[in-house]
Formats: sequence, structure tokens, C-alpha cells
Amino acid sequence: MTISIPSAARETALAPDRPGFRLVVAEALALDCGVALGPYTVAYQTYGRLNAERSNAILICHALTGDQYVAGTHPLTGKPGWWETLVGPGKVLDTERYFLICANVLGGCMGSTGPMEINPATGTPWGLAFPVITVADMVRAQQKLIDHLGIDSLFCVIGGSMGGMQVLQWAASFPERVFAAVPIATAARHSAQNIAFHEVGRQAIMADPQWCQGNYLERGERPARGLAVARMAAHITYLSEQALHRKFGRNLQDRSALTYGFDADFQVENYLRHQGITFVERFDANSYLYITRACDYFDLAAEHEGQLANAFRGIKTRFCCISFTSDWLYPTSENRAIVHALNAAAANVSFVEIETDKGHDAFLLEEPEFFATLRGFLDGCARHRGLEPK
Amino acid sequence: MSADGNLSAAAGLKLRGDLRLVADMIEPGSRVLDIGCGEGELLAYLAEAKGVDGRGMELSQSGVNAGVRHGLSVIQGDADHDLQDYPSDAFDYVVLSQTLQATRQPRSVIAHLVRIGRRAVVSFPNFGHWRIRLNLLVNGRMPVTPVLTHAWYETPNIHLCTILDFIALCEELGVVIERSVTLDRNGLPYRLNPRGALANLMAEQALFLLRRAAPTR
Repeated sequence: MTISIPSAARETALAPDRPGFRLVVAEALALDCGVALGPYTVAYQTYGRLNAERSNAILICHALTGDQYVAGTHPLTGKPGWWETLVGPGKVLDTERYFLICANVLGGCMGSTGPMEINPATGTPWGLAFPVITVADMVRAQQKLIDHLGIDSLFCVIGGSMGGMQVLQWAASFPERVFAAVPIATAARHSAQNIAFHEVGRQAIMADPQWCQGNYLERGERPARGLAVARMAAHITYLSEQALHRKFGRNLQDRSALTYGFDADFQVENYLRHQGITFVERFDANSYLYITRACDYFDLAAEHEGQLANAFRGIKTRFCCISFTSDWLYPTSENRAIVHALNAAAANVSFVEIETDKGHDAFLLEEPEFFATLRGFLDGCARHRGLEPK
Repeated sequence: MSADGNLSAAAGLKLRGDLRLVADMIEPGSRVLDIGCGEGELLAYLAEAKGVDGRGMELSQSGVNAGVRHGLSVIQGDADHDLQDYPSDAFDYVVLSQTLQATRQPRSVIAHLVRIGRRAVVSFPNFGHWRIRLNLLVNGRMPVTPVLTHAWYETPNIHLCTILDFIALCEELGVVIERSVTLDRNGLPYRLNPRGALANLMAEQALFLLRRAAPTR
């Protein structure tokens, strides 16, 4: 895959184990919490080429535990990027046609400024001294990157889950810079249930003695158990009852009878433990606290007199909202609420619910109907944008 | 030719007779909401032939997905629940083609149509057609016709009406009928006074262009 970036955007490469680019912004970012954060870093990846008119850029917004490595081999895990099925030459997000950008969110742990990075004021990792950030703060940082890349108007902003929240925030904050928006499996505000699950995860991390009140990096510790439990709990919410049953049922793990103990007798236990263990190898516990908090605080209507439709008044952006039938974390009803608000603003919106038993995770998986819909929507938008067919 | 062009050309060729008449009522370049748009045949035709900025609403998920795959703006929804979200005068035309009889609350649907759209285009099967009347009279069975193809136990058409019923409801709602056309089973127009008893007997379908009455001072 060709990876090229406009000359203006040639940046210092990240450390050898973290390939890609990073933008250091000297000017402080005014965060929602009142703190001015700066200088700060936005680590990002690009795929494909920006055309001469600078009209073919797609910003991909990653989810809670995602990162900027959407395609190709992930530098830490050695696994394919999280949207490998969707991003590449000839794929739906076609790198031969579009210029794709994905930035690690503010508060993340893959090179953008976050609690794992060094606080310049103290010379030690930020830890809990890092200011609480919001989805809007993440989008403000991305906006600086888009400015820096010399792109006035993004052809599309797309993302699932927390990525979808960023998409909605982009459209609400910078409508004239977003030609098309694809919020997938998301919500315009975090529900009580969403907040509740996040709180379980945070409490698991903070209950781990090795969390050290957030100062584990200085002490040479890692709250691996706490973070693994947080991931295990969260992972259940990404699946569906049917999918779990189909995959594991009550099957036993490498044994023919119950052990009458607390080993992982069942395959589903073994699977969750594996999910937890592999997660802690690539993710920072404090980042998990900060990013889940940003999701919890997200409530787009609250910024607009409690009326979600007010966030989209007069907007010309073309929307395509997508939900999945078995997603109970961000169910169709939450996505439909976004569609209703867009209708109330007489916005241009498509809405598709994809039939699948794979739960919330479906947005990361190869779902033919999902891909076909997305391809059709993007092709239609490309025609309206005047982008040359391949 | 683009995929959209192919679809539009195909839609143009195959456009149902009554949809062709609907399309003829719509000004070029206008904003149109098509409720019960199926796979978006009319919207694709209007976009291609008339440069219309079209949106669709469709109950069946397969219809919605097909429309979006073809680059149309379509949402999953239904006339009974999802019209209340739209602001007044959001569209130049709201089209409800062969769908009114399948809504739960036709009266409130019509009121929403003329609120959301500056004009509404409504077509429906005429239950006053002689074949239906005769069928019930002679055979004593619920009619199944080329236009009303379902048996009574599986029909989605729960609020059938005659042309005269529809005109009476429009009068009651203060909705102005700007144009009306009566059609045979092939969707071809009859040269009959659409508001007369003869049309109510002879026409298999009817098509109306509506608008709300100017506010009284």
C-alpha cells in the first residue's frame, strides 16, 4: 500500500517501534475542563494520496481502545490494523481513491498526548495530573491536524462507537468542514448503562494495588490485573448473547469434565482471560480511565439547549447512520435518536440497520451488507463531491 | 456510465405508470421526500431526470439498504411514527405513493404530509371500483384484484378508501386538492371528472396533488 503525505505534513517520525507521523502543536488547546493543554502531540497515520484539489480526505475516528493503525501490521501487536477489512486498495475505504487519516485520540496511549506521556512541568508521566478530556477536546485536536494538513473540507468523517461520537461532534462543531459523516453503532449521549459499565472498568483498575493511585509508571508497576478485568467486562458488552452462545456454548476448555474449582473450566472463561491478558500488553490503564470518562461525559444535546436537533440546524453534511440489530451497547434506538434529530433539522440522512448476531463488535467485522451500504453511500457522495471515479 | 446512471436509466424504463404521473407533478430542482419509497425507483428517476434533491423513507430494511447502496438518501421508518420529527415546510413535495391504505392513522399522516411539504402527492387504490363492489356483491368474498393482490388475512392494506372517501377527508382537514387524476389498473389516466361518482366507480387508482389551505385571517 502506498503511504504518502503532503509535503507540508512531513513530521518527525515516531520512535521506531511506533511508525507514523506526529504533529506537535505549540499553541495550547483550551479544554472543556478549563485547562489549557500545551504544547501537545497528535500521532497519526495516513493511507493513500491527497489529490490536488485536497478534496478526497477521509478522517477515520477510532473507538475507545483503537488507535491510528487502521490498516497494515500493527507495530505493537503484529496483528492486522483494526479496520484492515475496510481499508486498502480497492476496498470500501479505497486507498487508491481516498486519502485516509487516523489520529490517536487526545488522552490515548499510542503517541498522542495522554496520561502516559511526560508532563513537561514535572518531567514525570502525567498520571492523574493529566486534565480530564472530552470528545469535543479530541475533535479540537484533530481539527488542528486537519488544518496542518492543509485540508479545508473533509470528504468524510467516519467512525464507530466512540469514533461515531467524534463524527457527530465534528459535524456539530465544524459542519462546513464535513462533506459527509458516517456515525456507526454509536449514541449522541452516553446512557446510564454505558456509564455503569465504564465505572465497573475504572473501579477494577483502581482496585488493583499496582495502580498506585495512578503513579504506576514512576514506580515501575503495571495494574495489569485491574486493566484485564476491565477489558473482560467491557468485552462482554461488545458481543451478543447469541454470538457468545454460538461461539462457546457451555463447552469446556481442554478438559472433559468439570474440575470443581475455579480454573477456566469453560471456553468462554478462557477466551475472556485471553482478551484481558493481550489487552494489557498494548494499552495504558490511565488512558483507559480518561477515555472512558470522555465517553461518559459525551452528551451532544446538552450543548444545544437539550435539543439534539439544534446541533445540526442548517447543516449541509450528508449523513449515513448505521446500527446493528444485536448491538445492545449502542442499540439501534440510540442511533435512531440521532436520525430523528437529523430529520428534525431537515438534514440529508440515510439510516441503515444491519442484521447480524455479532453485537457491537460487528462494526469491526466483515459484514457484507454493512460494506455494500457504506460503499454505495460513499460512491454517491463522491459523485456529488465531483470526485473522479477510479 | 456510473452505477447511479444505470439505476436511473433502468428506473426510468421501468417506472410504474402511476409513478411516472407522480414524477410529472414534481417541479425540477425541488426537494422531495418519498415515503414508502421501496428501493428508490422514483427517487433515482427524479434525481436523474429532474435534478431533484430527494430523500426516502421505507419500512422494509432490504428496501432501505438497496436505496442507500445506490447512493440515495433513505432512512428506515414509517409514516405513522416518523413524520412528526420533520419541521414544517422541510420539503417542496412529500410523496406517498400506494402507501396511505397501509398506514395506521391515515388522517394524521395526511395532515403531516401537507405540513412537512409545501405540496403532497398521494396515490392510492380506489376501493369504490366496480370490480371490487361487484366481487363483494356477487361472490360475497373480500376482493383480490390486480391492484389489491393480498388475501384479507395477510393484507397490509388496513385502511382502504374510495376516491369520494378521500375527497371528503381532505375537505374535513381543510386540505386543498390542486390536481387529481384517476387511473386504470395499468396506471394510465382516465378522462373522467376525478371527483364524480363515475370516476369512483371506474378508476382503479387515484392520484392527488394536495396543499394545506392558506391560513385564514
